[in-house]
Amino acid sequence: MRRSLILDVVVRVVFHSAFLLGLFLLFTGHNRPGGGFVGGLVAGAALALRYVAGGIDEVREALPVRAWTLLGIGLACATGSAIVPLLAGRELLEHFKGEVHLGPMGAAHYNTALVFDIGVAFVVVGMTLMLLVAFGERLPSLGNSWARQETGR
Amino acid sequence: MNVLLALPVVLPLLGAGVSILVGRSRLAQRVVGISVLTAVTGVAVAILVHVDRHGPTSTQSGGWPAPLGITLVADRLSALLLVVASSMLLAVLLYAIGQPGAERSHVGFQSVYLVLAGGVAAAFLTGDLFNLFVAIEMMLTASYVLITLGGRLEQVRSGMTYIVISLLASMLFLAALAFTYSATGTVNLAELARRVPELPFGTQAALAALFLVVFGIKAALFPLYFWLPDSYPTAPSPVTAIFAGLLTKVGVYAIIRTQTLLFPHVLPAGLFYGIAAATMVVGVLGAIAQDDVKRILSFNIVGQIGYMVIGIGLFDVAGLAAVILSLVHHIVVKTSLFLTEGLIELHGGSSRLNRLGGMVRTAPGIAVLFGVAALALAGIPPLSGFVAKFSLMAAITAQHEWWVLAVAILVSLLTLFSMVKIWVGVFWAPAGPAGGEGPAEVEVAPGPSAPLLMLAPTAVLVAGTVAIGVFGGPLYELAGRAATDLLHPQPYLDAVAGR
Repeated sequence: MRRSLILDVVVRVVFHSAFLLGLFLLFTGHNRPGGGFVGGLVAGAALALRYVAGGIDEVREALPVRAWTLLGIGLACATGSAIVPLLAGRELLEHFKGEVHLGPMGAAHYNTALVFDIGVAFVVVGMTLMLLVAFGERLPSLGNSWARQETGR
Repeated sequence: MNVLLALPVVLPLLGAGVSILVGRSRLAQRVVGISVLTAVTGVAVAILVHVDRHGPTSTQSGGWPAPLGITLVADRLSALLLVVASSMLLAVLLYAIGQPGAERSHVGFQSVYLVLAGGVAAAFLTGDLFNLFVAIEMMLTASYVLITLGGRLEQVRSGMTYIVISLLASMLFLAALAFTYSATGTVNLAELARRVPELPFGTQAALAALFLVVFGIKAALFPLYFWLPDSYPTAPSPVTAIFAGLLTKVGVYAIIRTQTLLFPHVLPAGLFYGIAAATMVVGVLGAIAQDDVKRILSFNIVGQIGYMVIGIGLFDVAGLAAVILSLVHHIVVKTSLFLTEGLIELHGGSSRLNRLGGMVRTAPGIAVLFGVAALALAGIPPLSGFVAKFSLMAAITAQHEWWVLAVAILVSLLTLFSMVKIWVGVFWAPAGPAGGEGPAEVEVAPGPSAPLLMLAPTAVLVAGTVAIGVFGGPLYELAGRAATDLLHPQPYLDAVAGR
C-alpha cells in the first residue's frame, strides 16, 4: 500500500483530537448539543481517518477490539440502562440526576442517561469499525488483488 | 402492568446485545434467544388477558408525559397480534436452530433476529406515529440483514430490490410524518385523533392517501406488491416464514390503526374494495402461474392481504372483526406453510415443482402437515381459514357489496387451485426431474429425514390452525371486542394520553 506522508502526519495530529472531541460531545451531551450518537460518529470518523491513511491494519492497531464486541457491549449497556429503572418500580428509560461533591475540585453534575449515551456511542463506533473491516478485509475470493494493484504502480 | 408493556420491546434488544457478547458459544446464544422469546410470549399473553379485562393500558417511558415521551400502549388488537407474533417468532427460531443452514452459519443471526422481534413488538405497541416509523425501520433494517444472509448472487440481487423499495417507502413515510406534523403540530396518536378532523377535508384526504401508499408498500397491496414475490423466495426458509407471517402484517396493522383512528371515513370504501379486489386477483393469478413452491406461496401472501383490506373498507364491527381474524389466521397459516416448504426442500433438495414428486410415499408426515395448512389457507372448514373467510363474507353480505363477495369467493377457489398445484407437483407426481415414466433411474434419493426441532414447531403451528378453527367462537368474540374498540377509540386515546 502506497502511503502519503502528508496524510500520515496530519492524521497522526488530528486523530487524538478528533477522538477527544468525540468523548467531549458524549459527556456534554445531556444538557448541550451532543450525546452518544454524535460523539460516536465523531470518534468513528477519527477511526475512518486512520483507515484512509493506513488501511485496516492501522485501524486494528488503534482500536484492538472486535466490532461485534463493541456492538454487543453498547446494545447491552443501552437497553440495560433502560430496564434498570423498571426493576426499581419506575418507568422504562427513566433517568436520575444529581451532584457529587469532590472536595476542593468542586461539584460534578451527573445524570444516569450517560450510561445510555455511552451504550449508543459504543454501538455507533462498533458499526463504523464493522464497516471499515468489511471494506478493508482482503476477501478470500478476490485474493489480494486490490492491494496489489495499488502497490504495482 | 406498565412494567410489562415495555418488556416485549426492551427484552429482545437486551437479548440481541447479550447474544453478540456470547457469540463464541452457539449454545449460549440459543439459550438467550429462546428464553427471551419465551418470556416475551408469556408477557404478551399476560398483556392480552389484562387488556381484555380492563381495557387499553399504556406506559410513558422516561416518566415524560404523553406528547413528549415514548408512549407504549396496548389495546385488544395490538395485544392479540403481539401474542400471535411472538409465538410465531419463538416457533420459527426453534425451527431455524433445528435446520442446517441460516442460524448455524452466521454468528449474528440470533441477535439480528431478536432485533426484528423487538421491532415487530414496538410497531404493535407504539402510541405515536414517529415511533411507529422507528419501529418499522428497526424491523426492516434487521430484515435487510436476514434476507441477504448467505450472500448468494440471486439473494443479493433480489435483496437489493427489497432494500431499495423499503427505503423508498421509508422516505415517503418520513415525508408523510413531516406533512402531518406541519399540519397538526403533533405526531402523538391521541393528539392527532383530536386535531386531524379539524383540518380541511382535502388535507385529511391527502394525508390518509399518503399513509395508505406508505403502508401499502409495506403490506404489498396492488399496485405496490411487485417487490414481494421477487425477494421473499430467495431467503432461507425460516427467514421467509417469519417475513411472510409478520412483516406484511405489520403494514396491515398500521393501515388499520391509521385509517380507523385518524382518518375514519375519509377515503371512500370503494377505493379499498378496488385495491382489495385487484390485490387478490393479481396475487392469486400470479400464484397459479408459478412453478416453484416458494414463489406460489409468496404470491399467495399478496392475494390474502386483499381479504384484509376488504374489511377495512367495510368499516363496521363485523368487517373489522373479520380483518383481525384474518390477520391472526394468516400469520399462523403462512408461517406454517413456509416452514413446511422448508421441510419439503430439505427432503427433496429443491423447491421447484418439476424436480419434486412422490413425497406422499417418501414423506407422509410432511404431506399431512402441508395438506392441513394448505386447506386452512384455502378456507376449508373446520380450519382457521374458514372462520376468517366466513366471517368476512358474512360482513360483506351484510353491506350488500355483491361484486366484492363474488371476487372473494372466486379468489378463494383459485387459491385452493394453487395449493392443489403444489400438492399434485410435490406429493402425487411421480418422483424425478422429468416427472415422466421410468421411476427406477430418475428416483430422487430421499434427503435426510428432518430433525425433530424442525418438525415439532411446524406441527405445533399446523395444530394451531386447527385450533383457531375449533376455538373460532371465543376468538371471534375477542376479535369483535377488538373491532368495537377500533370503532370507539376513546379508551385507547385516553390510554395514549396517559389519563
